Amino acid sequence: MDILLQQIVNGLVQGSVYALVALGYTMVYGILGLINFAHGEVVMVGAMVALTMTQLLAASGLPPLVILLIALMTSAGVCMALGYGIERIAYRPLRNAPRLAPLITAIGVSIVLQNLAMMFWGREYHAFPALLPHSTHMLAGAVINDVQIIIVLVALAVMACLLLLVHRTRLGRAMRAVAENPSAAALMGVNINGVISVTFMLGSALAAVAGIMVSANYGIVHYYMGAILGLKAFTAAVLGGIGNLRGAMLGGLLLGLIESLGAGYIGDLSGGFFGSNYQDVFAFFVLIIVLIFRPSGLMGERVAERA
Amino acid sequence: MSALLEVRDLKVAYGGIQALKGVSLDVAPGELVALIGSNGAGKTTALKALAGLLHPAAGKVHYAGKLLNDCAAHRRVRGGLALVPEGRGVFARLTVEENLLMGAYTRNDRAGTGVDLERMYTLFPRLAERRTQLAGTLSGGEQQMVAMARALMSRPKLLMLDEPSMGLAPMMVAKIFETIRDISAQGVSILLVEQNAKLALEAAQRGYVLESGLITLSDNAANLLGSDEVRRAYLGG
Repeated sequence: MDILLQQIVNGLVQGSVYALVALGYTMVYGILGLINFAHGEVVMVGAMVALTMTQLLAASGLPPLVILLIALMTSAGVCMALGYGIERIAYRPLRNAPRLAPLITAIGVSIVLQNLAMMFWGREYHAFPALLPHSTHMLAGAVINDVQIIIVLVALAVMACLLLLVHRTRLGRAMRAVAENPSAAALMGVNINGVISVTFMLGSALAAVAGIMVSANYGIVHYYMGAILGLKAFTAAVLGGIGNLRGAMLGGLLLGLIESLGAGYIGDLSGGFFGSNYQDVFAFFVLIIVLIFRPSGLMGERVAERA
Repeated sequence: MSALLEVRDLKVAYGGIQALKGVSLDVAPGELVALIGSNGAGKTTALKALAGLLHPAAGKVHYAGKLLNDCAAHRRVRGGLALVPEGRGVFARLTVEENLLMGAYTRNDRAGTGVDLERMYTLFPRLAERRTQLAGTLSGGEQQMVAMARALMSRPKLLMLDEPSMGLAPMMVAKIFETIRDISAQGVSILLVEQNAKLALEAAQRGYVLESGLITLSDNAANLLGSDEVRRAYLGG
């Protein structure tokens, strides 16, 4: 019983991170119909910038929480600028090009960012300082620490704010209008390029938050960390129904849970044939099953309605 | 009285095809002008170019005394130039009210927007009943109402309508044209593109006939309705 609960706790924590990153993929897809494959690297840059900030401020004598907040602000700022730049340089010139072209530039940007990060921060694993309290609590037989509680709460708060922004504000209305019919939105006086830039910047800010969460949770950062995390989050977005915000949230949390439960039970289920190192296989297996029966994802309404 | 909209020798080409070969037309303040012509004559192209969705290859567009050529589509709305596009272009996944609020996107006066919203619901009581419904679930006629009300929410000086009668039941067409006359009576200038030449010319004060990218006739609406050429080509008689 406590194994089950423990895996659920772990899954929710990991899923919160997936959900935040998945939102970045789904927002960009919703508005431009393209997969921003460089998004995972934005998460990595967010983590790396936060690492550098904490190192710079380590001797400052500021309280750890203040250091973390400054690191968060800086890394969100850098990531927003990066997201803006990626769209400006890699996607906007290709707005009317065949759909494969921006996909290639996305992969290109991803490789460039990885290599720049490798040059700047090196190839080694860095320890991310423990700035948050790490005391553990027992929750009906499962162990959860402060960092994990904070991750889940912050993720929920950020997601609630995003939903409010998209569904209750003028900017959000403009984003939905551009996503549905860009030229009609322009006829309403909406600056389409402006809205697209804001969308990239919002997604990138979420990526920065997610990057710091993973780093704080595992205590390790690495120039390659964005690749697999990005792939998982993209999977989560597809699982939930790409283009759908609530779908990305649900898909992220579900993927986290599936992975975690898979890791916990795959040994028993396969009679000891597979170990917990097969958790990724299990997660992707579930994705394939879901997509066979619901090709547009759990909450997706339509597929390929955009040419 | 100088024209609100003054178009001179407008040429638009899409990928090698010359859709407009030099169109000149005027709309005076408060005037209702019809632009008629058969399918493919370039009517929609003309409106899109005037709204800034297409870039002209040559020619000049003056609106309220200013040259519009290099003005982006989203900036033209602020100046009071609104287009209800062909096929309506309503935001299907936004509610009726959200669609109308999109129309007021360029406005900063919350109070005035609220007043206009209520005015639209008085003008189109059907929309008041459906304000929280997704616009995509409405009938074609209701969507046309949304598109028109949405354009009016920007407080346009010049309203351009592209085929407002297309695909609508006769009852609904009559209703829409009644509204067009109302809007015109309130002093809004209107440039009306229609395939239904009779309806358009009956509502308009003046008209232009567009044929394969060129204006071939221009006169007051009554004369056009009576002219043999127009009757033969567009009125089926």
